Amino acid sequence: MPRSVTTGTSSKIRRLLNILGPFFGLLLVVVLFGILLYVQDIRSEMEFDGATGFNAFVETARSIELKEDGTFPGLKAFISGANFKIIFIQTVIVAIGALGMTMIIVSGGIDLSVGSVVALSSVVGATLLVKEFSPATTILLTILAGGGIGLINGLTIAGLRMMPFIVTLGMMGIARGLAKWIAGNQTVNSPPSVVNAIMAMNEPMQFFPLPPGVWIAALLAVGMAVIIRQTVFGRHVFAIGSNENTARLCGIRVRSQKVLIYAIAGLFFGLAGLMQLSRLTQGDPTVAIGLELDIIAAVVIGGASLSGGTGSILGSMIGALIMAILRNGSNQMGWPNYMQEIIIGIVIILAVGLDRFRQKRNQAA
Amino acid sequence: MTIPRLRMRAVHKSFGATKALRGVDLEVLPGEVHALIGENGAGKSTLMKILSGAHAPDSGTIELDGKPFSPANPLRARHSGVAMIYQELNLVPHLSIEENILLGEEPSRFGWINRARRRAIAANALAELNHESIPLDAPVSSRPVAEQQIVEIARALIGESKVLIMDEPTSSLTDVDTQNLFLLIRRLREKGVSIIYISHFLEECQQVCDRFTVLRDGESVGTGLMSETSLQHIIRLMVGREIEDTYPRQPHTLGETALKLENLAGRGKPRSVTLSLRKGEILGIAGLIGAGRTETLRACFGLDQVESGKVWIESTERTRSTPSERLKDGIGLLSENRKEEGLMLNRSLADNLTATRYGPAARLGFINSRRHREISLRLMEQLEVKAQGPDQTVGELSGGNQQKIALGRLLHHDADVLLLDEPTRGIDVGSKVQIYRLIGQMAASGKAILFVSSYLPELLGVCDTIGVMCRGVLSEVRPVSEWTEHSIIAAAIGHAN
Repeated sequence: MPRSVTTGTSSKIRRLLNILGPFFGLLLVVVLFGILLYVQDIRSEMEFDGATGFNAFVETARSIELKEDGTFPGLKAFISGANFKIIFIQTVIVAIGALGMTMIIVSGGIDLSVGSVVALSSVVGATLLVKEFSPATTILLTILAGGGIGLINGLTIAGLRMMPFIVTLGMMGIARGLAKWIAGNQTVNSPPSVVNAIMAMNEPMQFFPLPPGVWIAALLAVGMAVIIRQTVFGRHVFAIGSNENTARLCGIRVRSQKVLIYAIAGLFFGLAGLMQLSRLTQGDPTVAIGLELDIIAAVVIGGASLSGGTGSILGSMIGALIMAILRNGSNQMGWPNYMQEIIIGIVIILAVGLDRFRQKRNQAA
Repeated sequence: MTIPRLRMRAVHKSFGATKALRGVDLEVLPGEVHALIGENGAGKSTLMKILSGAHAPDSGTIELDGKPFSPANPLRARHSGVAMIYQELNLVPHLSIEENILLGEEPSRFGWINRARRRAIAANALAELNHESIPLDAPVSSRPVAEQQIVEIARALIGESKVLIMDEPTSSLTDVDTQNLFLLIRRLREKGVSIIYISHFLEECQQVCDRFTVLRDGESVGTGLMSETSLQHIIRLMVGREIEDTYPRQPHTLGETALKLENLAGRGKPRSVTLSLRKGEILGIAGLIGAGRTETLRACFGLDQVESGKVWIESTERTRSTPSERLKDGIGLLSENRKEEGLMLNRSLADNLTATRYGPAARLGFINSRRHREISLRLMEQLEVKAQGPDQTVGELSGGNQQKIALGRLLHHDADVLLLDEPTRGIDVGSKVQIYRLIGQMAASGKAILFVSSYLPELLGVCDTIGVMCRGVLSEVRPVSEWTEHSIIAAAIGHAN
């Protein structure tokens, strides 16, 4: 292997680029939809004028001038504060799930049971409210329900030395079944309570005030970023994902660490379930099917590798935002649902492909 | 005058800003074993990758039998008669030996494999190497490393090789297997195959090679007849300076017993190991591959299960344990396998150095990045690690520097007993000497060191006492002055006295 002779400054620039990379992705997505909506606005204006051919070109130029005073309904709706408020609210559940999932994926694992756990804990929460438990108790027990499932996942994976994929695939079915059982196979309508306020949207026409759920997600993200980057626990998570053999050699208690990782992640999934309950104001055992894949996609777009050892909370949060913007922008464009699915699929492959390309170039330099 | 089999002239190759090759000349004659010598990073691997078609040179000419040779990819190179055997064996472990020998070149018609022909070709290839006893149907993973290497050579020879490149072929072989390999190399030479032999073991090159070329910093700096050149001269060419002492010795005194093993046995291996290691002592363990040396260290460190026997640390019996408890007791293990066990290749130098003990850099579980960097920088200076800084990932370093990081972790942990498994495997002469010096310093400061190695000169040069393991048993440890290379080999193959 050739010995690297890069200077200190260029490696600093590279590191900066690595940090800024996801931000560029986010910006790119916003700008891209901005342009698309802008073009659509102009074209709909032109159709209205009925201009064609060269005239259309002239008309376009003129209409750009005309539109300086600002009647781009699509573009304006997209970049408005009110719309970003919606995007943030739509991001919360995926983002909170991604906090737990990032930790699991960095440690070299995976959790496929998230969607079911979210449904289960939302049903648990709704049922508790129906049975007139206090909101505080309900919130606590809803989160703990997720944590309990995570603990069982962790104990099975570490205790029986099983593949996380298999264990959580099984748990996906178990938790979904439990949710339906508890809910009696129908939705549970919860009575109005403080819980509903967590994700309630007040003043829909402006950015502030954001619902408490958004702030909670943001605060937890900062907390997790510090924990994963700056604590011994976080380094051990990276160590296990990077090379489990080395972690064992270095005296890290790999098995108990894994139990802890899945249990903590479970708490986040329980919280995501609480958010789900608050948003729908009911416990629905069939909600959030496939949510785990959205969450995994967010984490992977954010730069984590499924083979473990790399990933960041910041990246995952931006990944979650990108997913929400893609959905929102496609809606604004009036694209059908199937187009959204295709586009999101392409973005996942592009994002990860670009990342691999960048890493390869980093190694060659 | 004969036309050389292979002639490379003024070959240049850059990767980005890095000049890997800055003018290399290499000439190999028909039926010659040619040693390609150089420290890690000197450009040997790059040169051989160009020759085998994995990279294209930026400039320079290559001729094979007098004709221009520029293979577009490894398969083309192989079809032209240039085959390479990599340092890490390139076999598919689950497939059978027969399938591996003809992998990618299966005799077939319309996509259907002609099994009878494949079998005949594979059997013939092994017979030519005088190894017809290797079972063709066994999965490769079930066979010992030495046989796997034979399979690899057989694969390379399928297509009428003219030039065979062997990259560190003996690094995972025992002495007996190495001698067998040399017999094989001589037989190939008699058939007119030219062999480019890359090795860090200069004594081996002297045994088996006819001529040599030395690379240093991407340039060829010397070539000559092996028989007419002293090793000292070659080493001088390699490092560009004289290494005054290959095995620097530091005076150290032996103290009390630090670690005692009593009839230690694990699952399968080891069967019975008895030894006692004193503070300030360097105790070498020699033996063939598969004798149970690595397993002894692993059982001792709590990585593998202890079936019977006892482990004493200082004067308390602590037989059953886990790696985390052993580390707390002040015992550290250096793994023989840097890439798969020893290091986290995609993590930073700093994280790799401090993985066992974040304590000095952390407070209440929170790591102080500045302290962490400082501690790592100090260790890197002490170990003379060549790297960009503590944040660089370990995987980007050369083998020697990687090994220093792995050793640095034990240093940072301040372990009192060090279990070192092949600490100098696959690294260059300069780094080796630094590691010997470091081991000496640690012994001088009262650390107890168990040193497992397959390279006898270093065991004899570095250790105070040596024990030889044979088939899972180690019973007798004698002072180094009572051993010779010959007596160690005799003990290792079970022909003591």
